[in-house]
Order: sequence, then structure tokens, then C-alpha cells
Amino acid sequence: MSTVSDDALLEVGPLNKAFGTTPVLRDVSLTVRKGEFMTLLGPSGCGKTTTLRIIAGFEAPDGGRVRLSGVDVTDTPAYERDVHTVFQHYALFPHLSVADNIAFGMRMDKVPEDEIRRRVPEALSMVKLSGFEARRIQSLSGGQMQRVALARAIAGRPAVLLLDEPLGALDLKLRKEMQLELKNLQRRLGLAFIYVTHDQEEAMTMSDRIAVFNAGRIEQVGTPGEIYEMPKTSFVADFIGGANIFSAKVLPGAAGRAHLMLEDEYELDVPLDPYETLPEAGARVKIAIRPERVKVFYKDELPFGLIRFDAILKDTVFLGDACQIYLQMFKKAPERLAIAWAGGDRYAVHDDMDVPVIAAVQPEDVYILERDDA
Amino acid sequence: MDRALSWLLGGRKPAASHLLLAPASLWLIFFLIIPAGGLVLLSFAKTGPYGAIVWEFGFQNYRRAFDTKYLPVFARTLAFAGGTTALCLVLGYPLAYYLTFRAGRWRNALLVGLMVPFWSSCLVAYYSWMIVLGKEGLLNTALIRAGFLSAPIGFLYTPFAILLGLVYFYLPFTVLPLYASLEKVPRSVIEAAYDLGAGRWTAFFKVTLPLSLPGVVAGCVLTFIPCLGDFLTVEILGGPRYYLLGNLISNQFMMAQDWPFGSALTSILLAGLVGGLWLYQRWEKA
Ligand SMILES: Nc1ncnc2c1ncn2[C@@H]1O[C@H](COP(=O)(O)OP(=O)(O)OP(=O)(O)O)[C@@H](O)[C@H]1O
Ligand SMILES: [Mg+2]
Repeated sequence: MSTVSDDALLEVGPLNKAFGTTPVLRDVSLTVRKGEFMTLLGPSGCGKTTTLRIIAGFEAPDGGRVRLSGVDVTDTPAYERDVHTVFQHYALFPHLSVADNIAFGMRMDKVPEDEIRRRVPEALSMVKLSGFEARRIQSLSGGQMQRVALARAIAGRPAVLLLDEPLGALDLKLRKEMQLELKNLQRRLGLAFIYVTHDQEEAMTMSDRIAVFNAGRIEQVGTPGEIYEMPKTSFVADFIGGANIFSAKVLPGAAGRAHLMLEDEYELDVPLDPYETLPEAGARVKIAIRPERVKVFYKDELPFGLIRFDAILKDTVFLGDACQIYLQMFKKAPERLAIAWAGGDRYAVHDDMDVPVIAAVQPEDVYILERDDA
Repeated sequence: MDRALSWLLGGRKPAASHLLLAPASLWLIFFLIIPAGGLVLLSFAKTGPYGAIVWEFGFQNYRRAFDTKYLPVFARTLAFAGGTTALCLVLGYPLAYYLTFRAGRWRNALLVGLMVPFWSSCLVAYYSWMIVLGKEGLLNTALIRAGFLSAPIGFLYTPFAILLGLVYFYLPFTVLPLYASLEKVPRSVIEAAYDLGAGRWTAFFKVTLPLSLPGVVAGCVLTFIPCLGDFLTVEILGGPRYYLLGNLISNQFMMAQDWPFGSALTSILLAGLVGGLWLYQRWEKA
């Protein structure tokens, strides 16, 4: 993290935070660039909201700093930080009209009233609520409240916008619509967003980069493509997209390649990514294989260039747009089933059980993850 | 502020203050509205010798009640009730605020402590105040020991003692509705104010206070109304010089044996209470 690019807008870390004796954040470091859409993704309780609250200034970290535009704001109170938050349950002011809600921040910043009168309709039109100025908050639908909350947060033109599961309370259809709108708005304004969600699909579609949280730590930061194609840990591989996770022993091998013994049964030879390093020979590592990258052959073909597993088909589940195939891949660990995804063509799927099949993957689809010390 | 009012007037019912008012309303129905009919009837009767009731109807008791002789009693009653309500609000709001936002794990203990005046008989409470405030009392002794006074001061039987007693007894009536409405203000809404650049005081005056106004009004109503009818406080801590409407009424029944006149005074008080509550309800609903 020492080589921070010049356009870094927000630098956080290494944050530590405990509530009572329970550690909630452990060495969380994050850099957000100008105009970047950064998503904090992780399961419930992993510390996403806490991180956001530390950035907003509602919570003080036990250790670590928050720097905004190069200035250390760790000890600056929330009301003096140039960040605005879109709260999960909107947190609109129920006693104020839509216009006064949006004007609130500008009035605090002593923006002249005639300027405010110009900027309120502008903010409303950005969230497609033109003409709603005089409406009372109670008279709005959930989606409209969400838009007002967004308008209120962007009207003051903060440096960074923090959004804590802003779409969490909306129904699926509205959610999808708002995802697109939010993304467009963010691009148009060139505003940096820090967006909290536990929905990996939402994170994949909207983000420039994703920070994957697990139990108070950041497991990996990267673009959606990197996170998906180059997961660094079994948690990331499994949380994003789902994966078969196996254990393998490192065997001596050529440079730039990994020679592995998978579950003591299959010898694999897979290429390493340029910056990827491998533990010393004899150590164990976890590997991941995405279900949709596992090809299943029902005849004894020898797929060229693929890694071949002699498996037994245990079950097939038809899911409409895809089929889930359960495979027994290991003789020594028969209970450890692998999952493969096949297309939704139900006639291409065999529903016999306990028949021998061939499962195959491309060598580059075997992801090498963290050490397996268990 | 006027927007806050219009929001409040906009018809959202503060459920908690309703609940808190419910016992008072029930009390009114069962113990006042039903006997009130008899009382109003009695107020038009005449008083015979030795307190006998003569069932001849006329307005004489009301004419007598509005005699200028009794004007100071009415004025004093309103002043004490108003003063008590104002003091309870000034003391109660910070207390309720502290209970809601700052007390943390002490909150429940403090809430229970606040209810202590309710549990102990108010006679016990007032007699213990006599012990504190008397010439030989704890306050005088302490002040003399500390060298602030050379001779004891008569704290008892002063407006100060009355106000102290009233505030002591009625403070929970103010604090509980305030607490109930402050508790309902979402923390995230207050944080949103900070987030948008409001400092502590601005956030308080622009957000927390307007959102707790229903509790302010409920607390004032719940304090002011029972204060109007209070007579024990003055009886014990105030002495005859500061007799309030409640004392005047109780005297008609207990000492003067003039029940019809006492009934007329009570009817006037009741009319005031019902009128006040009616206004409050309208304000709340409008
Ligand atoms: N004020 C607090 N006091 C005590 N514990 C807290 C407090 N705030 C959060 N926690 C704990 O810290 C952990 C992380 O909470 P946080 O709200 O940051 O999670 P999250 O990732 O936002 O989860 P979710 O997706 O459910 O919102 C949780 O275990 C939570 O119980
Ligand atoms: Mg959260």
C-alpha cells in the first residue's frame, strides 16, 4: 500500500476497532481514487458498516488513520468532513419537506439561498423526482425516499459519497433499476462512491473495484474481473461466484508453474499468474475450481489439454436455466463431492446415477489460494 | 420551527404519549365524569345551617366563586401550575435527553429511580421535605455549618418550598412522555444531521427538538393539569398564606361544610381541565 497513486482521494488504514473485547476490524486498509466506485462486500457482521462509520466520523478507530484528499481527518468530527452518507433506512428528516431535506446540508454549509433554490430542483431532477419539492416525507414510497436520500447526499457535492446498503429495502425490480441509475449518476458526477452491500451480484455489476470483507479483515481488493478470475483466498472464491475448494500438496516443479498433488490422488500441472507465488514444496495449499468451468463428459473421451478426473455422477439437479451436477471425484474421500454447472438443456443431461463420467478443467481454471495449514 | 409544527399538526399520532394519557383519561371517565354529574347538580344547590344541603337551585355559588375575593386564589393556582410546568420542562428535558442518549447501561436504574416519588406515599415524601427544609432542618444546619448562614432561614411555608414540592412530585409526569418521544427519534436521523454538517447544537435545535415536540406538549399537559388540583403540597409545605384552588375546595368539604360551594369550585376546575384537554386533543389531531 506504500505506492499510492496520485489520484488517491481517500486513504484508510490500517484500521483496528473493537467493541468491548470483540474485535470488529483488523488492519483494514483501503484506498479510493477520484471518481471510483468502490464496493465493500462481505457477509453480515463482517464490519462493512463499521468501516463506513469510521470514514464518516461516527465512530473513532482504535488504531489507524483516515486521510481525505491528503488531509488526516481521523480526529475531525463528522460534521466537518467532506463526506456524505446515504443511510440504509434513508434517515430523512420527517418534519421537513423534500426540498428542505435536500437543502439541509447546503444551509449548514452557508450556501446562499438563491443558489440553494437553484440546486434543489437540479438535485431532484438527477434522481428523477422533479416537482417533488413541497412533498412531505411521509407521503413518499420507499423508492422515492431512497431517491430523496440520494439527492440530499449529492446536493452538497461532497468529495466522497458513502452508501450503506442503500437498495437493501427495495424490491428486486426496483433494485435492479436503481443499480443502473446509481451507476449512471456516479459516472456523470464523477463522484467517488463507497458502497456497502452483501449482494455479490450487485457488487459485480456496479463496482470499479471490490473490497471483499471477511470477519473484520479485507481478504482481497480488486476489479470485479480480478476478484472473479483471480481469487486469492478460498473465502473470496466461494463467496463470489461459488467454487469447489480442495486441498493440494505442492510438489517440486518448474518455475512459473505449479505442480500439485490434489487430495493425494491427482497430479496437476497448472500455470501460475505472473505475480503469483507458491509455497515451498511439501506445503499444502487450497485450490478452487469454479463449477461452471468443470466440463462433464459422459463417454470416455480424452479431452485434449484438459485436466482429467475420473468421477462418478451422483446426482443431477435441474434448475431451469442450468443444471447442477454432483460428482464424486476422489476414491480416498468419496464424501467430498464436487459440483459442476451445465447449461439448461435438459436433454443433454443424463439422469442416471452412479455412472462413471469424466470431469475435466482447463489448467488455468485451477485457482491456487492460501496455504492450507489445517 | 413552523414546519415542525405543521408536521406535528399533520396528524401523526404520537402513540406513546397517547398511552401515557390513557390512564389519565380512564381516571377522568370513571372517577370524574360519572360523579361529575352529581357534583354539577350539587353546585347549584344552597347551603343550609350546619352544612345541610338545601335543594333549591340557583347560580349563587358561581357568583360567589367569581367574587374578586377568590381571584388571587385562581391566579396563584395558575401561576404555581404554570411555574411548576415550566420548571419541570427545563429540568426534565435535559434529564430525559440524558436518559435517552447518554445514560447507557444506567438507564433502567435511573428510570426506576425517577419513579420513586410515585411509589412512596407523597405524605412521606413531603414530611421528609419538612425535615430537610425546617428551621432545625438539614438544609439550615448544613448551611450554618458551612458558614453561609448565621441564623436559620424559614424555607418552609414559602413559595420556594411549594415549587420544590410540586416539581419534586410532578417531574416524572414531564420526564416520562419526553423520554418516550426522544426514544422514538431514530439515531440515524440525528446522525444524518451531523453528516450534512450540523454541529451538536444545530442538530439538536433543527432535528432532535422538533421531533420530540409531541413529548414536550404531552409532558406539559400531564404536569400542568394535576398541578391545578394539587392541595397536599401547599397543605404541608406551604401553609395557609398560599392556599391554592385545591385547598379552597378541600376546605369547603372538610372544614366549612359548604359542599355546594365546593362543588361549584370543583366544577369550574373541571371545566377548565376538560377544555384544556379538548384543546390538546384538537392540537394533536389537527
Ligand atoms: N455499537 C456497537 N456495539 C457493539 N458491537 C457492535 C456495534 N456496532 C457493530 N457491532 C458489531 O460489530 C460487528 C460488525 O458490525 P457491522 O455493522 O460493521 O457489520 P456489517 O458488515 O455492516 O453487517 P451487516 O451486513 O449485517 O450490516 C458485528 O458483529 C456487530 O455486532
Ligand atoms: Mg451493515
